[in-house]
Amino acid sequence: MTFVLEKAAAPAGLRRIVIDPVSRVEGHGKVTILLDADNRVHQVRLHIVEFRGFERFIQGRPYWEVPVMVQRLCGICPVSHHLAASKALDLVVGAKKLTRTAEKCRRLMHYGQILQSHALHFYHLASPDLLFGFDAPVAKRNVVGVIAEHPELATQGVLLRKFGQEVIRITAGKRVHGTGAIPGGVNKSVTHAERDELLPQMPQILAWARGAVRIAVDLHRAHQEEYDGFGYVRSNLLSLVGKNGDLDLYDGTLRARDADGGILFDGVDSQNYRAHLKEDVRSWSYMKFPFIGSLGADLGWYKVGPLARIQNCDRIPTPLAEEARQEFLARSPGKLVHAPLAYHTARMIELLHAAEVIDGLLRDDDLHGDDLVAKGPRQIQGVGIIEAPRGTLIHHYEVDSQDLVTMCNLIVSTTHNNQAMNEAIREVARKYLDGKEPTEGLLNHVEVAIRAFDPCLSCATHALGKMPLVVELRSADGALVEEIVRE
Amino acid sequence: MGDAGEAAPAPGRGDGATAGDGRPRLALYWGSACGGCEIAVCNTHETLIEIDRHFDFCFCPCLLDGKRADVEALPDGGLFVTLWNGSIRTTENLEMARLLRRKSRILVAFGSCAAEGCVPGLANLASREETLRRVYVDTPTAEPGATPPRARTDTPCGAVELPPLLPRVATLREAVEVDFTVPGCPPEPHQIRAVIALFTAATADPSVLPPRGSVVGAGRSTVCDECPRTRQEKRLTRLHRTYEIAPDPTSCLVDQGLVCLGLATRDGCGAPCLRVDAPCIGCYGPPEGVHDQGAKMASVIGSVIDLAPLRSVPEGAAQDASVDAVLDAIPDWVGTLYKCGLAASVLGGAPARRRDRGPGGGA
Repeated sequence: MTFVLEKAAAPAGLRRIVIDPVSRVEGHGKVTILLDADNRVHQVRLHIVEFRGFERFIQGRPYWEVPVMVQRLCGICPVSHHLAASKALDLVVGAKKLTRTAEKCRRLMHYGQILQSHALHFYHLASPDLLFGFDAPVAKRNVVGVIAEHPELATQGVLLRKFGQEVIRITAGKRVHGTGAIPGGVNKSVTHAERDELLPQMPQILAWARGAVRIAVDLHRAHQEEYDGFGYVRSNLLSLVGKNGDLDLYDGTLRARDADGGILFDGVDSQNYRAHLKEDVRSWSYMKFPFIGSLGADLGWYKVGPLARIQNCDRIPTPLAEEARQEFLARSPGKLVHAPLAYHTARMIELLHAAEVIDGLLRDDDLHGDDLVAKGPRQIQGVGIIEAPRGTLIHHYEVDSQDLVTMCNLIVSTTHNNQAMNEAIREVARKYLDGKEPTEGLLNHVEVAIRAFDPCLSCATHALGKMPLVVELRSADGALVEEIVRE
Repeated sequence: MGDAGEAAPAPGRGDGATAGDGRPRLALYWGSACGGCEIAVCNTHETLIEIDRHFDFCFCPCLLDGKRADVEALPDGGLFVTLWNGSIRTTENLEMARLLRRKSRILVAFGSCAAEGCVPGLANLASREETLRRVYVDTPTAEPGATPPRARTDTPCGAVELPPLLPRVATLREAVEVDFTVPGCPPEPHQIRAVIALFTAATADPSVLPPRGSVVGAGRSTVCDECPRTRQEKRLTRLHRTYEIAPDPTSCLVDQGLVCLGLATRDGCGAPCLRVDAPCIGCYGPPEGVHDQGAKMASVIGSVIDLAPLRSVPEGAAQDASVDAVLDAIPDWVGTLYKCGLAASVLGGAPARRRDRGPGGGA
């Protein structure tokens, strides 16, 4: 490997700094940094220290149980795994095309997931860094600080997320680890009563979603130069792209661009992902390092997720989000944006898109149909690819004549960003840590760069911390929904 | 093993288990987990603020910036209660379980992974080495010659960059002594509220706590008690796979030939899966008095198969074949019956004596 700062040339005598665990992220990670006596940085690595081995123990299970089992990969975006597995197994049961009702119910579920996950990441996990500064005091640098100083903003985040969770509950039965999709379709459609719970909330949700884009844009502009350069990492981009080059987070074909925007491949059927994507294994991380096979591991790595998606597609097929996207692109005409902190704006543009898609689906009577499951000639394998909140998610299964899974290959969203995250923290280390005594605040800079990549972090909707506060949650017409007082 | 004492004394101001402002400390930590338990806690919405009112919520990597070193710096017993979710898969999980056991007056196995191993516990059907090979080497996107990550990489400035995998997935109870168990994948929000209320009350009066070793945040009976469907205890001549039938929404799924684990699963969840026509997968673990959820369910299945048609079949191979024909509808019995409970079962490699911890506990 030739990555600068991946491996110290002469590690003898270097001091090891460990950030353990990386916090306000989903899952177990730590960062190690090797410094010499003058605090010059010699090596920086993001290690993913968890391992669960789903690929092995899904083997031997009946295929129809897989969509429920694989949700346990991630409790933060279980819907994504549920749907990626269902899409792969649609092909196994021969359902090349779902019924209109099934596809729309699944899309509604997925965009509900996108909405709640993006809201949570931005408002509750990332915004403390952006609002208070990367080296603000630890006690303040969390969602409590946000509630105390920006209660209106925090309230919007809470209610946006709650709405997304309700969409999931209505389409999947449970808010975490639901059961809505099955191979070939869905096991329930949406009732008119359920739709009527959600639809009246849409004007407020759309208004907040537009506001969310504005907040992200304004925060970025307030620190334009610092944010543009922070953890800057040029790379290829990968995502699904829908029909006519539209942004489509549920289905499409694979497209990759190089760092200047040139097309590397396009229109790749998900069944052929193996012809283009490979994975490298390094001794020091349980997370693999995917790359575009034709370019090799050194040059073929790429970014996925919102920043990749809104630049990889040709347009967003909903007007408000497309307008925001055009404004985003206009700030660097003809050049791709590679700043990790621009993920936040891209994420909020997608959140707005998700709200628009949900609004459209809730007005579509196909949601209430009773033709739920399609079937066809049984196949022995299937690949399902979906754009999960944090990026491209690939599920691949082979199934034997006894209906048991014989092979399972998963490439999950964050894995695609492994090299990009490592490069981003190396850039941060070079710029902010090199030659300085590492303080808590400086080390948090490293974590800020990691957090930018991971929209699938979610947690508290309400905050915890040290400061007294009163939070009023108000509905669209200003009525008090809930008052929370903490002394 | 842990040393939590017989009962957790109420923490007082200036006591070791309280923060400077007098609030008892609380931690929410994940072992080998998916994050869904954190999300479930967050889905209690306003209860989170209640937690903060009564506790110094000081360690939760998903949410807060406290680090492992901050926990290490606490006095032993410095945490009033730790809600541990996730199973024990790596040596890091084990170290953290031991650390948090030492630092916690009350350690709670929170959620199905901690309590039973849950779905990832099915990894115990394969060896650690086989699993690593499957994930890193024998996979369609692997490069030729790939080797699994090394658990221990020696470098001149220290070893260990990755925590090695343990030979099998273990429950929290196997690793350290556990005071209480909250089942569920994930625990349902209304039960989390009840559990938080219980531990909040315990900060003032520890006698409100049930005997150590108890299951809290759940019932004592089975999911059937909360299921809206009607059971007629029908005899079955065949079983169905879930995709083969569109179940009637009012009658028992087992009566309809589906393998629903509700009969062998503790109540308390409110049966949400049954309300969307999905069979129970058993995530609340076995009910009170049942040692082995899978074995219990196997005996249920045995009892509902209609043997009357077999009376005309001669005993021996032909009769066996008839029974097999019924059972063959389900090609993966271990994964079906132990979907959430394998790691805690003898079949999954757990020590045989792990339940029936009456008042006062005992390993």
